[in-house]
Amino acid sequence: MGLKQKLHRLKEKYKGKKMAPAFNALHTFLYLPNETTHGGTHIKGADDLKRTMNIVIMALIPCLIFGIFNAGYQHNLQTLPEITKAAGFFSGEFWNWANFEVGAWKVIPLVLISYGVGLAIEFMFAVIKGHEVEEGYLVTGMLVPLIVPVDIPLWMLVVAVAFGVVIGKEVFGGTGMNILNPALTIRAFLFFAYPTWMSGDKVWVHGAVETAGQPDAITGETVLGSLAQGNEAGYSLMDMFFGFIPGSVGETSTMLILLGALILIFTKIGSWRIMVSSIIGALVMGYMFNMVADLGWISESSKFYALMSTEFWHHLLIGGLAFGIVYMATDPVTASQTNRGKWIYGFLIGFISVMIRVFNPAYPEGVMLAILLMNVFAPTIDHYVVQGNIKRRAKRLKVKTA
Amino acid sequence: MSKDIKIRKGLNIRLKGEAEKTLSKAPRSRTFAIRPSDFHLITPKMVVKEGAKLQAGDTIFYSKDNEAIKFVSPVSGTLTEIERGAKRVITRLLIEGDQQDTYKDFGKLDPSSASAEAIKELLLNGGCWPFIKQRPYDVIAKTDSEPKAIFISGYTTAPLEADLDFTLRGKESELQAALTALGKLTSGKVHVSVGDASSPLANMKDVSIHMVKGPHPAGNVGTQIGKIDPVNKGEVVWTVAAQDLVIIGELLLTGKFNAERILALAGSSVKAPKYYSTKIGSEVSTFVYDSGLDEENVRVISGNVLSGTTISPKSHLGFYDNTVSVIPEGDDYELFGWNKPIFNKISPTRAFTFSWMMPNKKYELNTNTNGEHRAFVVTGNYEEVFPLDIYPLQILKACMVADLDQMEALGMYEVAPEDFALTEFVCVSKQPHQAIIRKGLDLMYKEIG
Repeated sequence: MGLKQKLHRLKEKYKGKKMAPAFNALHTFLYLPNETTHGGTHIKGADDLKRTMNIVIMALIPCLIFGIFNAGYQHNLQTLPEITKAAGFFSGEFWNWANFEVGAWKVIPLVLISYGVGLAIEFMFAVIKGHEVEEGYLVTGMLVPLIVPVDIPLWMLVVAVAFGVVIGKEVFGGTGMNILNPALTIRAFLFFAYPTWMSGDKVWVHGAVETAGQPDAITGETVLGSLAQGNEAGYSLMDMFFGFIPGSVGETSTMLILLGALILIFTKIGSWRIMVSSIIGALVMGYMFNMVADLGWISESSKFYALMSTEFWHHLLIGGLAFGIVYMATDPVTASQTNRGKWIYGFLIGFISVMIRVFNPAYPEGVMLAILLMNVFAPTIDHYVVQGNIKRRAKRLKVKTA
Repeated sequence: MSKDIKIRKGLNIRLKGEAEKTLSKAPRSRTFAIRPSDFHLITPKMVVKEGAKLQAGDTIFYSKDNEAIKFVSPVSGTLTEIERGAKRVITRLLIEGDQQDTYKDFGKLDPSSASAEAIKELLLNGGCWPFIKQRPYDVIAKTDSEPKAIFISGYTTAPLEADLDFTLRGKESELQAALTALGKLTSGKVHVSVGDASSPLANMKDVSIHMVKGPHPAGNVGTQIGKIDPVNKGEVVWTVAAQDLVIIGELLLTGKFNAERILALAGSSVKAPKYYSTKIGSEVSTFVYDSGLDEENVRVISGNVLSGTTISPKSHLGFYDNTVSVIPEGDDYELFGWNKPIFNKISPTRAFTFSWMMPNKKYELNTNTNGEHRAFVVTGNYEEVFPLDIYPLQILKACMVADLDQMEALGMYEVAPEDFALTEFVCVSKQPHQAIIRKGLDLMYKEIG
């Protein structure tokens, strides 16, 4: 008797029992279930939610791997004399064992904690409420370690994930019902609950916190952080594009994010409308600020000057803007659900992200707040788009009767 | 006068086992059955008892709500059994057929000179009224409704469905008679849609012909209504399936209810898929086993694979269907089926699925759902296959929460369950779209009428 039959027997045995959803969740990871159609169409398309979510995870893997190396690289660059600045993307200064070792020890626990805590809560709710375990958390669990600073204490992450999954998702009814993006809810919780940790200039490079104040202190400033304080970016454009800069674990490499975006668009999983319109939005806002700076409406001594005069398209390379646009603004549950709505929704995300960046130097990463804000407004956008259709229908009737 | 309709959004589902265009006569069935569930929302009121002798065309039951709508026997024979289910609902009427059919004579009627009342009366008495369906609600037309137009689709795009160009060939005089007669019943036009000029319907008089192009659901009458003259609140349109026009036409020309049906037996499990001529309600085994089946574990569907009804191989052909599809059951597990590359299934995306690379390949799909039922998550994919000017996700959600105002505003009067067959096919969350829409329509019918 093969594994397939054994598992089938077990499934039948546990059918209707309390633990059935937990068993099925694991079973369906091994085997596509034997469910057949009834009532509606007799055949179904090949895609299911697991496949869809899996593609998003695939698109995130390059960012994760790069993030591991980058975490080690940023640390070693300042502590090991033999590690020097990476010259090109495939430079051996970056892709080496020393970097990987440091990075893996920091990043892998983040991934494990994120999945462990999040999935445990998902399973618990599925068993209590008697529904199947939905796949939403597979992506969230991968996003979370990529959008937190590398030196975040693990206990903080545990608290944040628990909060994000329960309050951000389960109280609304689970996957598909939530209003706010769960990964960003977790990030926002961290930011507002532990502001000194999350917004300081230390936490972005491993070791910066412990060594603070010592003569060989590691600096952990992000590009955005320095710009917000009116300093120079301190990194070349290519460094920023390749991602050899400090920042949250997976958000630094614009190049790999671009690769992820191409995967998502090609597979038709991510909405290209949202991505394109977000980029347009960010560029428009950035350009407007450039104009303001060029026209001399604000002086160079202004605290907004450095970020405002940042070349408008550089905004896409620094901070988490690109990552947020590609992987989080496109979350179909919390984004606008109509095609026209997606254009508006995306544009505003890009626009507001850059605006927050410039006007909020205390915490210059605007994309998180911009997406959360637009998550809240997405149903409103949809409402007006759908009203357009309803009005057209009413008008058709009026023309007829008149 | 012709108007071209071009559909861009949609999806052609190409399946193996298309019926070969040769016509065979199916052996005469021993028993025939009428399933009242084919007539949605009709409660049957019997007029004959078990054991009654019937001629083809004799009334068996009428609608409880409207005595005028009569349902007649497709063949002559003996009513042997009235099967009842829960709450004594009639599930099936079984007729044991005579060797040779004798027909009840309803009298001929020349459609070009007859009055609308006379035509209506003949259709009602002759058992042809149930062929006329109405929108809104996708039910048998009310006898007192005045349709603003009548729509007939002569174009086939649904997977494996009988090709109307083939099944209607040689029936031009019946079709013309039926179309002329229907034209008298509406103040507006009779719209007939065809694929190209070679269709038997392309040269009909007294109607307006439309050329339709595009992927499925271009052949769905709902798509054509949406493009030609959408239904507004308070309006009614009628639809008649093209194959049923033949029966209506014959009733007008000969005075007999001849329930002959040319159907396609198709599907990847059929050894020799082809066309059969048979009667409404006959046993499908008469032709299914004539063609032979490839395997044991199959599903027999009366109708097409998107909107048909599952029936047992020993059961009978549905009242409206001109296709019987037989496909393999998919009640088996598939190792890592959720993440491995997929070459043998159709997918609207490119998520490790490669059907986009082979647009002309024919597939052998089974009845597996390819995943479990989930909440709505993905957005934007229904719009790709849904040509109507309606927001599919929003209207489905309105139906699920029974929000009547919103359902009405979003266009519920325009749709039928079959319009949502493709969105159901591509649905990542495996939601039962057609059932949701049917339930929504029934609720509206009950509350608004």
